[in-house]
Amino acid sequence: MPDKRNVSISFTVNGEQFDDLTVSARQHLGDLLRSQGFTGTHIGCEQGACGACTIEMDGKAVRSCLILSSQANGSNIKTVEGYDEPFMKIIKDNFLKHNALQCGFCSPGMLMTTKEIISKKKKFTREEIRAEISGNYCRCTGYQSIVDAIEESIENIH
Amino acid sequence: MDDIKVNQNPKLGSVDRPNSYIGRSLSRDDARKHLEGAGQFVDDLTLPRMVNIAFLRSPFAHADILSIDVTEAKSFPGIIDVLIAEDIDKICTPWVGTLGHLGEMRSPEQSPLAAKTVRWQGEAVAVVIANSRAQAEDAIEAIDVEWLEKDAQVDMETALNKDAIVIHEELGNNLFWTRTVEQGNVEDAFQQSDIVVETTLDFSRHTGVTLEPRGIIADWNKTESKMTIYHNNQAPHMMQHIIAKHFNISEGLVRIISKDVGGSFGIKVHVYADEMTAIAVSKKIGRPVKFMADRLESFTTDIHARCHKISGKLGVDKTGKILAMEINDLSGIGPYSMYPRTSAIETNQVLNLSGAPYLIPNYKAVGTVVFQNKTPMCQYRAVGHPIAVAITEALVDKAAMKIGLQLDEIRKLNFIPDNAYPNKTPSGVPLEDLSHQASMEKLLTIMNVQDIERQKKLDFKDGILSGYGIISMCEVTNPSPLFYGVGGAHISAQDGASIRLEGSGAIHLSSSITEQGQGTEAIMKQIAADQLGVTMDTVRVTLGDTDATPYGGGTWASRGAGIGGEAVLKAARTLKNNILEIAAAIMQTDIKSLDIEDNVVIRKNGGEGITLQQLAQTVYYRGHELPQGTNPELLATASFLIEGIPFVFTNSAMGCHISIDQETGLVKINKFWVVEDCGTQINPKLVEEQIRGGVVQGIGGALYEECVYDDQGNMQNATMADYLVPMAYEMPDIIVDHVTTNSGRSIIGAKGAGEAGTGGAPAVIMNAINNALKDLNIEMTSQPITPEKILKKMGKI
Repeated sequence: MPDKRNVSISFTVNGEQFDDLTVSARQHLGDLLRSQGFTGTHIGCEQGACGACTIEMDGKAVRSCLILSSQANGSNIKTVEGYDEPFMKIIKDNFLKHNALQCGFCSPGMLMTTKEIISKKKKFTREEIRAEISGNYCRCTGYQSIVDAIEESIENIH
Repeated sequence: MDDIKVNQNPKLGSVDRPNSYIGRSLSRDDARKHLEGAGQFVDDLTLPRMVNIAFLRSPFAHADILSIDVTEAKSFPGIIDVLIAEDIDKICTPWVGTLGHLGEMRSPEQSPLAAKTVRWQGEAVAVVIANSRAQAEDAIEAIDVEWLEKDAQVDMETALNKDAIVIHEELGNNLFWTRTVEQGNVEDAFQQSDIVVETTLDFSRHTGVTLEPRGIIADWNKTESKMTIYHNNQAPHMMQHIIAKHFNISEGLVRIISKDVGGSFGIKVHVYADEMTAIAVSKKIGRPVKFMADRLESFTTDIHARCHKISGKLGVDKTGKILAMEINDLSGIGPYSMYPRTSAIETNQVLNLSGAPYLIPNYKAVGTVVFQNKTPMCQYRAVGHPIAVAITEALVDKAAMKIGLQLDEIRKLNFIPDNAYPNKTPSGVPLEDLSHQASMEKLLTIMNVQDIERQKKLDFKDGILSGYGIISMCEVTNPSPLFYGVGGAHISAQDGASIRLEGSGAIHLSSSITEQGQGTEAIMKQIAADQLGVTMDTVRVTLGDTDATPYGGGTWASRGAGIGGEAVLKAARTLKNNILEIAAAIMQTDIKSLDIEDNVVIRKNGGEGITLQQLAQTVYYRGHELPQGTNPELLATASFLIEGIPFVFTNSAMGCHISIDQETGLVKINKFWVVEDCGTQINPKLVEEQIRGGVVQGIGGALYEECVYDDQGNMQNATMADYLVPMAYEMPDIIVDHVTTNSGRSIIGAKGAGEAGTGGAPAVIMNAINNALKDLNIEMTSQPITPEKILKKMGKI
């Protein structure tokens, strides 16, 4: 028979406080966020391979499909809907400029990975950028335009 | 974005005028929503009282269903119902994946759920309807099925043997379709040839792996007898017809809404049993029903592609001139031909396209398509091209080596000359407006082959195996009714556009082409604004809604720009003419003295103009001010279709430089070059990104992607961790350049550009690898070309 255990959790998403949500103990964070209307977090594989569901949890990029909702209790979460820092505007503008997205399904995860790259260090070779985003799957672009966008963003921001 | 000007078609007017947007790399402002998490994918939508479904799918490739008991499953929490074939068959009629224009095809009827026999692992058997998908999945476990497992016919190569397991008894054997094409006399020509080269190539099955899986929400409104479908599909009007037909609903009362689609590549243009089941469930229970495939369902039920074994033979005279080509292709398509496009088209394209860039007077091609107990196979990006191009270009390379010609020399010697069009492929398909000679010249210039040759010698001294390849190819784009309609399929070859001036002065445009990220909305806006003389921000676009857009084929076979774009151009020109006629009446002047620039009707010789807003408001609100008899039509609609030829072809030349690690067998692509001639580029940046994305999908097929099956028909790698796709680290930078020969079939002159990369990359990579391995007398002929296969050929493992 199915597991019916529920847990009660509280967390903030993009600055908004959620208190005492009753969630299924086995539900992953990606599904929970989507059920709360944060549909910018996309589910592509549910095993941590594709990177589409990558979000920010307590300042770190994590796969929301690999985190149980209960693990998010007390955490501070940011999703693509809340990437409103000035440097993220630069990154988004560069993604548009270089057409670093086609269907847009990978973009929320790709932006979070970019956010983390930018915070790591100030200079990257193209090969290093390629290595950094190699946990994020994009079927449309062939990646070059994404590398271009990130490269220019690093230059603009640092 | 760089405001690049390209060689624009003179039929479109000067590039120096205001609002000249065609040919410029403007950015896709409509894509910003995806960077804010504000896209509208099917799974983002939740309707009131919506339910979710999940399927019990066959764990076996071939088995009989002796009994199904759903009693316990129905008692699970949150379960609304559990249905099997006999329930769904009362609501949905079966379909058959055959068409009439390509000779006899034999494929049995298919229903949403399997009733008595399952024929591939993943085929749906029962559907659980629940409040949540998780609850539905729980209950699947409690469905009790008594299976009788049967031997599976997995291998296509033995599918026609006498002792083969016959998958559909009523057909007598596993043959789906066969076709032979013959031009000239190959037997005589091979005898007259000084040299004959041969090869046999294998192409494994792979699949589209759209990052967003297939999904549908069906919402049956019993009071209005109306079915509304939210569907991540490429061809809404095709689905409208099919759903009306199989669910006995008046076609006008089926509405398909296809908004944001997370990748399609030909995967999302077919009829899938699970999606038809979702519609049936909604019609039965009168509530909205959502089905979203999970990744396992994607791997085992999305169409697969390729799965070909092809042998080829090329006869040349001692100067290198090709006298004859013969190919024999075998393909396995799973247990059913897909509906409604059939699973014959990939093989048909192989027969049509092999040898296409060259003058080959004698040509014979035989294609055989068989059933097997694997996931159904059908049209995926660059249908048939990878096989046709690889066999052709492998044989041309072999002939060059044997006769002592350079790789470019033999090609240049045999190209259909750029000034010899219209012409035909060796198989007899009409060709026009192509430029293999100019494209190859440009490729050789940007590649700098002499440098690569020098580097190759240095690499060899250092123990590095490196090599390069070059290819030429034709790309099927902008299909005419001769592709599907002629065979009886209700798939529109025409596309429509509707454009209106609104009271605010805004332009609203709708088109039957859909958006999956190619940039449909952006290029339609560019064409409309360019032809009308308005600024880009004035134009709003509606796509992907059968209630709101003109009728048409949708997005597949690289037809959006060339067919849908031409319809927009025609509609915009009509609207402009109407506007100018009204303006001439208001301004009391001759229409020829007027034009539109930056949203204002101007007098060419100077003097005060009127804004489009003023004009529209006069027509809409103060029509009494217009001279009597003025035509108040500020809405124009136009259609376009390709007539007289089957396709508008694009051509490409590609090159790549690779090296092989002799210890690990890993292939590294150092650089990749493409020269494409797709005629007018409405937005060069978007064209280049279509090509780059396509190349990377082609690299996937060449080096990584394979649906691995065991001999019982179990798919072994149906996860994203096990099925390898190209990731950023392994991919090269891809240099794209152009030759421009406009298509004479339209004013805009655009041909398609979405297929070439995927169609050509497997050939050029294989040629480059074989070029690197030449000195070891090793040849790779089986794709994907994995490190394991290379090391085995090297004798290292």
